[in-house]
Amino acid sequence: MEGDVHGAHGAFEPFLPGLVILLPLVGFLLNGALALAAGRRSAEAVRQGREPDFMHGHERPLTHRLPTWIGPGVVGLAFVVALINFVRMMGADLHEPVIRTYWTWMATGSLKVEAAIQLDQLSMVMMLVVTGVGFLIHVFSVGYMGEDPGYPRYFAYLNLFVFFMLILVMGASFPVLFVGWEGVGFCSYILIGYWFTDREKADAGKKAFIVNRIGDFGFLVAMFLLYTTFGTLNFVEIFDQAPSVLVYGGGLVTAVTLLLLLGATGKSAQIPLYVWLPDAMAGPTPVSALIHAATMVTAGVYMVARTSVLFALAPAGSLAVALIGAATALFAATIGLAQYDIKRVLAYSTISQLGYMFVGVGVGAYAAGIFHLMTHAFFKALLFLGSGAVIHAMHHALHHTHSQADPQDMRNMGGLRKFMPITWIVMWVATLAIAGIWPFAGFFSKDEIIWYAGARAEGPYGQWYTLIWVACLAAAMLTAIYMTRLMVMTFHGRNRTGEKEAHHLHEAPPVMWVPLVVLAVLSVFGGWVNVPQAIQESFLGGFGLLPMAEWLHHWLHPVTGPAEEILTRYAGGFAHHAPFGGGELLWAVLSTSAALAVVLVSARVVSGIAYKPAHEDVEPTGLRRVLYRKYYVDELYDALVVRPVVRLSRFAWKIVDQGIVDGVANGLGYLARAFGWIATLFQTGSVNTYAFFLVVGVLVVLWRVAF
Amino acid sequence: MLIEALILSALLFGVGTLGVLLRRNAIIMFLCIELQLNAVNLAFVALSRYLGIDGQVFVFFVMTVAAAEAAVGLAIIISIFRHYETVNVDNFNLLKW
Repeated sequence: MEGDVHGAHGAFEPFLPGLVILLPLVGFLLNGALALAAGRRSAEAVRQGREPDFMHGHERPLTHRLPTWIGPGVVGLAFVVALINFVRMMGADLHEPVIRTYWTWMATGSLKVEAAIQLDQLSMVMMLVVTGVGFLIHVFSVGYMGEDPGYPRYFAYLNLFVFFMLILVMGASFPVLFVGWEGVGFCSYILIGYWFTDREKADAGKKAFIVNRIGDFGFLVAMFLLYTTFGTLNFVEIFDQAPSVLVYGGGLVTAVTLLLLLGATGKSAQIPLYVWLPDAMAGPTPVSALIHAATMVTAGVYMVARTSVLFALAPAGSLAVALIGAATALFAATIGLAQYDIKRVLAYSTISQLGYMFVGVGVGAYAAGIFHLMTHAFFKALLFLGSGAVIHAMHHALHHTHSQADPQDMRNMGGLRKFMPITWIVMWVATLAIAGIWPFAGFFSKDEIIWYAGARAEGPYGQWYTLIWVACLAAAMLTAIYMTRLMVMTFHGRNRTGEKEAHHLHEAPPVMWVPLVVLAVLSVFGGWVNVPQAIQESFLGGFGLLPMAEWLHHWLHPVTGPAEEILTRYAGGFAHHAPFGGGELLWAVLSTSAALAVVLVSARVVSGIAYKPAHEDVEPTGLRRVLYRKYYVDELYDALVVRPVVRLSRFAWKIVDQGIVDGVANGLGYLARAFGWIATLFQTGSVNTYAFFLVVGVLVVLWRVAF
Repeated sequence: MLIEALILSALLFGVGTLGVLLRRNAIIMFLCIELQLNAVNLAFVALSRYLGIDGQVFVFFVMTVAAAEAAVGLAIIISIFRHYETVNVDNFNLLKW
C-alpha cells in the first residue's frame, strides 16, 4: 500500500533543510537592524524638534523600503526550499524520519539534548503551511502596514515568528519543540502589543503571554515525566519505546497526555484557556491571520498529532482532547453569533475551528486533524486578511472625515460589496469553505472529522463520542450562521458608514488582493488532497474525477501509523456507519445540504434586520446580551482567578515580604545593633578599665584551665 | 626552697597587678608591669632547677622582649606627656572608637 502511494522508491535526500529555519532568522536580523536605524533616526528628529513621522508627502526612507523585499523575500525563499524538500520526499520512500543534528545543545548527566531537526511527512506539511501561508500574509502586510512608522520593526517581529514556528514544527525532541513553542508565544506577545502605546493593546499582549504560561506549566511537567520514564526526550526514541514501556490506559501515560493537553489548550486557545485569543485581535490584522489563525494556534494540534503514540495509549487522555475540542467548538461558535467586531467574530470562529481539530486528533483521526489544520490555514487566513482589507478601507474612509467611529464594528459597515468587489468574492469563497459547503476545502476536512467522531461511537467511551459527534454537527450549523451573518452585515444591505465616508471607500491595492485570490484558490481546491474514498467514488467526487483520494492520509501514514495501530489493537477500528446509521456519503450529503440551507436561511434573516451604526445602537438584551458579553467568562475568571491571585500577591507583598521577610531581616539587623550598643558601654576609652578587664579575662581563662 | 621562691613570685606578681589597676601615674603603671614580668622570671628560674634549662632560656627571651617593650612604652608615654603635659592616665580617654 505505502509503496504504491509513495511511488518511486529511493532514499530521501534532504535539500538544505536548515536553510528553511535560517532564512527567516536572517530576515529578522536584517529587518531588526533597519528597525534600530529607523528608531535612531526618528529619535534624532525628535531631538531637533522635527516631526518623526515622515510618511505624509515624503518619500519613504531606505529603512522603510528594504523590508518590503527582505520580509516576504526570506519567507518566500524558505517556502521554495521547503517545496524542493517536499518534492524530493514525494519521490522517495520514507518510513523513518530523517534527523539532522547540528550541535549538542546541553549535555548534563544522563540528559543529552541535541539541536536537531526532524524531517518527516508531518513536519513537511507543517513547513509548507507555515512558509506558504506565511509568505502570502507577509506580502499582504506590505500593503496593510505600509504607512506604519514601525514598518521595519513589524517585519522583524514577523520574520522572528516564522523562525520560531519552523523550529516548533521541525524540532526532533521535546526541548527543541519547546524552544519554538515559547518563541512563538513571545512573538505573539510582542505582535499583539505591537502598538504598545495603547494601554489596552499592551495589556492584551500580556494576557496572551500569562494565560499561555499556565499551559506551558503542563507541557513542562509532561516533559519531566517523559524524561524520568524514558531517560531521553527525543521523539523517535520515545515513540519507539512507548508501546512496550507504557501500559495501555495506565496512570502514567494518562497523566502525561493530560498535561500535554493542558499545554495544548493554552497555545491553541481551547477551554479553559481560550480567553486570550479574542483579546489578541488587538494586534495588526495580518498578525491575527498568521499567528492567531493559520499557524501558532494550531501548534497544540500539531503537538497532539506529533505525540499521537502517547495519546493512542491513553484512551482517557484522547477522550479529554476530543471532549474539550467539541465543547470549545460549540461554545465559541455560540459567542461568535452575537459579536459585532468583525475580527472578534473571526477570533471565536478560529477557537471553534481549533476545537474541530482537537476533536479530530482526539478521536484518533490524526490525519483528519492535520487536514483541517491545513484547510483552516487557507480559509481562515483568507478571512482575516479579507477583514484586514475591509478594516483598511474603513480606516481610510473614516480617517478622511475624521470620524471617531470604530472601523472594525460591522454595524458601521454594510453594503461594502459595491466598493470592494474582489474582497467580497474571496470572502464568500472562504465563508462557503468554513461553512462546509461542497466542494470547498472546509467541506472535506470538517466532514471527515465529524465522520470519524461518529465512527468512534461503538468503541470504549462510546456515548461520549456520540455526544461529541452531535456537538460537532451543531457547531457546524452555527458556523454557517455566524459566518453568513458576518458576510451579510459587512458586504450586503444598506451602507452604514455614512454619506461622506462612503466616497472614500475603495478596493485594496493589488499587493493586498493578490494574496487573497491565491488563498481563495487554495480554499477551493485545498480540500481535494484528502477526499474520502467513499465520496470520491460517488457523485460528490464526480465518480472518481476528484484526484488524490485520501492522499494526505496515506502521506501521513508513516507518522500516524504506529498510533493508528495501537488504536486498532486496543480500541477497535472506526465503525463504518454513524451513531444513528447511515454511511459516510449519506452524512456528507446531509451535512453539506443542511449547511447550504442554513447559509441561505440566515442570509435572508440577517438581511431582514435593520442594523444601526454602532453609536446609535444599544446593548442587546436577554440571551443575546449573554452571548455578546461572551457568557461573562472574562468576568468569571476575573472574580475566580485574577482577583484572588492579585489578593494573594498583595498579601505576599505586604504581609509576607514586607512584613515577615523584611521584618526578620531588619529585626536581625536591629538586634545586632543593639548588642553592639551594649558592647560600646564597655569601651570607655580609659586605660584603667581596659587593664581591669584584661585581668578579669586572664582570671577567667585561668579558672577555666584549672578547673 | 622552691615553695618560698614561688610564693615570693606570686606576691611580686600580685603587687604588680594591683599597681597596674590602682595607680594613675603612667610611669608607675609601667614599672608595675615590669614587676609582673620579673615575678614571672623568678618563677621560671626557680622551676628550671627541677624541670631543666628551658626556664632559664625563656627568662632571656622575656628580658629581651621587656627591653623592647620598655623602649616602645616609654616612647608612647613621652609623646603623651608632650601633648597633655601630664602622665595621669585618667586624662587618657581617647582609646575608643
